[in-house]
Amino acid sequence: MILVTVGMQLGFDRLIRAMDEIAPELGMPVIAQTGKGTYQARNIKTLESIAPSEFDKLIRETRLLVAHAGIGTVLTAQKFGKPLVLFPRRASFGEHRNDHQLATVGQLDGRPGIGVAYEEADLRAAIAKGLESEMGGVASDLAERRSRLTAAVERFIRSGEI
Amino acid sequence: MTKVLAAASAGGHWEQMMLLRPMLEQFDVHFATTHPDLPKRAGITNATILPDCNQNQPLKSLMCLVAAARLVLRFRPDVVISTGAAPGFFCIALARLIGARTLWIDSVANAEQLSMCGKLSRIFSTRCITQWEHLERDGRPGFAGSLL
Repeated sequence: MILVTVGMQLGFDRLIRAMDEIAPELGMPVIAQTGKGTYQARNIKTLESIAPSEFDKLIRETRLLVAHAGIGTVLTAQKFGKPLVLFPRRASFGEHRNDHQLATVGQLDGRPGIGVAYEEADLRAAIAKGLESEMGGVASDLAERRSRLTAAVERFIRSGEI
Repeated sequence: MTKVLAAASAGGHWEQMMLLRPMLEQFDVHFATTHPDLPKRAGITNATILPDCNQNQPLKSLMCLVAAARLVLRFRPDVVISTGAAPGFFCIALARLIGARTLWIDSVANAEQLSMCGKLSRIFSTRCITQWEHLERDGRPGFAGSLL
């Protein structure tokens, strides 16, 4: 199964439409959390919002996550060790108030288990690559960045120093 | 025991705060967010739910500001930390007025420039940090690692 999510708020019809078109070639079910979109999909199962606990259940079963470049989604994919294809929202299409998702994917492109599709035409290849990739827990450099920040926040709480 | 208020809006802000949770729980921590499902899902029973708002919603922002003030006056935190967004910033700005030490952690979503609240927190918070080394500027914001 492939799980598609655009987060719980803003719709993102461009991604849902693209996935609806690709779905028949994938040979596995596709389930999408669409937010407040208007596009009516024919080939994939769509839900406007999925309750967090239900979402956790689905993500355990999924082979790949295809998503907008929201940080919540990226952290969730990492937590469950799932490969991820990111498709950034663009301000020019009215999909977000600015292009910060483009900046996010620019920084994340090439990280283990993360693929980026900048345009609809890139999705097929990114999905094929994502389905082949194996994610093995949290990469060690990520663990190091995290523990450094966690230690700094703890120091701040105790002493006011970072 | 040090009283810590940890404020994070729904979505990525909250997910980032939850990564800090095991460390925060050494202290007397109280969580605040904007969606009741999130603390419930995490098994946190006593979180405060603040009304969500952004800079384009003056009335909602005012309601959020009042709710944040009530929370800060009731809990009287020694330390406030926030990973964003506007509701967390209100907690930081208000808690500073009652002498709390405050830390703004700009969301890792802001890879190109600090968020609007992040920029304000350079003035209003005790310390602020970015999660992207290339945005660090003379310690304000500082850089001290990243959750992503």
